[in-house]
Amino acid sequence: MKKRFQLTNLDCANCAAKMERAIQKLDGVHEATVSFMTQKLTLDADDDRFEEILKKAEEAIHKVDPDCAIRR
Amino acid sequence: MKTFNREQRFMLLRIFLAAATLILALIAPPLFHPAVLYLLPYGIIGWDVLWSALRNILRGKVFDENFLMALATVGAFFTGEYAEAVFVMLFYQVGELFQSYAVDKSRRSIAALMDIRPDSANLELPDGSIEVCDPELIAVGSMIVLKPGERVPLDGVVVEGASTLDTAALTGEATPRDVAVGDTVYSGCINRQGLLRLRVTKPYSDSTVARVLELVENASEKKSRSEQFITRFARYYTPCVVLAAAALFAIPSILLALLPAGSLPAFLAGTSWSSWLHRALVFLVVSCPCALVISVPLSFFGGIGGAGKCGILIKGGNYLEALARVDTMVFDKTGTLTQGVFTVTAIHPEEGIEARQLLEYAALAESYSDHPISQSLRTACGGALDISRCTKTEEIAGMGVRAVVDGKHVAVGNSRLMEREQVSTLPCSLPGTLVHVTVEGFYAGHIVISDQPKADAKAAIQALRASGVRRVVMLTGDSEEVASTMAAQLGVDEYHAQLMPEDKVRCTEDMLQQRTGRGTLAFVGDGINDAPVLTRADVGIAMGAMGADAAIEAADIVLMDDQPSKIAVAMAIARKTVAIVRQNIVFALGVKGVVLVLGALELASMWAAVFADVGVAVIAILNAMRALHVDKKP
Repeated sequence: MKKRFQLTNLDCANCAAKMERAIQKLDGVHEATVSFMTQKLTLDADDDRFEEILKKAEEAIHKVDPDCAIRR
Repeated sequence: MKTFNREQRFMLLRIFLAAATLILALIAPPLFHPAVLYLLPYGIIGWDVLWSALRNILRGKVFDENFLMALATVGAFFTGEYAEAVFVMLFYQVGELFQSYAVDKSRRSIAALMDIRPDSANLELPDGSIEVCDPELIAVGSMIVLKPGERVPLDGVVVEGASTLDTAALTGEATPRDVAVGDTVYSGCINRQGLLRLRVTKPYSDSTVARVLELVENASEKKSRSEQFITRFARYYTPCVVLAAAALFAIPSILLALLPAGSLPAFLAGTSWSSWLHRALVFLVVSCPCALVISVPLSFFGGIGGAGKCGILIKGGNYLEALARVDTMVFDKTGTLTQGVFTVTAIHPEEGIEARQLLEYAALAESYSDHPISQSLRTACGGALDISRCTKTEEIAGMGVRAVVDGKHVAVGNSRLMEREQVSTLPCSLPGTLVHVTVEGFYAGHIVISDQPKADAKAAIQALRASGVRRVVMLTGDSEEVASTMAAQLGVDEYHAQLMPEDKVRCTEDMLQQRTGRGTLAFVGDGINDAPVLTRADVGIAMGAMGADAAIEAADIVLMDDQPSKIAVAMAIARKTVAIVRQNIVFALGVKGVVLVLGALELASMWAAVFADVGVAVIAILNAMRALHVDKKP
């Protein structure tokens, strides 16, 4: 399943790259991109564990930048 | 101050306050220790950086911008360079403010380019009243009313009324399009004049405007190679420079402490540990990666946005990059280089028959048919034909028509029909489809019908060659003669004729094998039946995609209208964008490299270092924003 989420307070291009790398490493993630320009996270992950993976992705984002959040 | 958002205005205020207190500190009489004087402007301008740095250290994250800036300025403070520490922080924040302003601005201008989302639709209820509602809520088959000046909210068919539509939002061209009852209209266009009643044929999510927006918005997911390179580079660059900074400070300091003054190596003689610390701090400031990382995606974002303004939709930075390197351009002839519409190109009557008469006989005999050839005959006649002149039509499948026109027996069709009619035909030197006509059993002549090249096709091919395309190839299912004439007419150097759809895939694959070096192959199709080739090519370009869903799906680059010259425009945009990206990478890395070397030799101040960080970022961003401005002429 592939879903897109708007990110808030994503202020730095390098942070976006760090988040992307961290999320791509998560188990069950097929593909993930964090776009600094459009402030969007695209997450393609296992269907049955999507919520769980999304939560982990959110943690990964927080770890890089505590102010940045996924708008749901 | 509408151009700044709240946070940016707050930052601007802090910058002014810090600058003012800094000047006060510089001119104030030395009543206090300077550290106390400079602490105020430093605090005003740098508290958030310090706070973020502290928070990051507590969570075990170093090497982030805030940490590096905090460490560098605090370090400067402790070595007694108070004013410098404040200046550096101030300059850093000014740069950051400018960066966020520039990024916001380019985001906004791209959003404005793509501001084709219809806000509302006028739904006609069964009782005839009108309800204004969200286009997403309208079901297929509903009736909507479109007033002059409004944007078409959903794809539909005109049921009542006639008007002119402005398609500029989708195609980038201001050419108006006339629509009348029965015509399909695409969402995103603007109704210029009359009132239209439409029957909705697609839900909002499948309508043209929604697909276009989705495509543009998701283009940033497909990252270019330059973008991947720069993020990967930044990943190693920062830790390396920070380690180098640590070594630059630690090794000389330890040597200075351990060795007696007389036996110091030359490069250490006469230096103090604080001078090495200063050099290390310069390194820390230069090690910030954001300047590099931001300028590349920003350029691609700008290029894709600028292309979108011209009706060229590019599905990702990687395709933009590949398009810039195209050296083989393969066209599927019909619908790309030619109009894909048959027109009468010559009328060759036998002696004793008028050309006009021959054409009218043929058109009237075929007047009951919807075949493209019959349509072209009628179009060539112009005006309304009196269909009642034609009686008793009889269609002969695969051959043509027999009819009685003006009381005369007429047969109109291909050479097989002529064989059946037992008349001998004359060969024709012109390429195209021949329509033979007999009147009362005698051969009356033939009409040549062929596909016409598009007005800008030849210029487009020349422009492509000028932008570095070495090999232009035309593929077609048409006969050898038609293909060779068209190729000569358009200046195409290579063509393959009489191809079945699967031959086109094979042909393209052969050419993919023949590519050399870094050149890529682009395939241009009209999106009808060529999805396999579009996906197979390095860059698949679909033209005339307004309303052609399959093309939007399969292609990497989609031209909303059907002008081949747009391909040259797209290539120009791609090449410009890639050039900007390259300039930015070289410039940013170059300046950083020079400052690192000078910094190690204590020739570069903290000032130079801040310039190498934010100054370079600002210049790179300004350069990247050029990608947004597109010259519509190739």
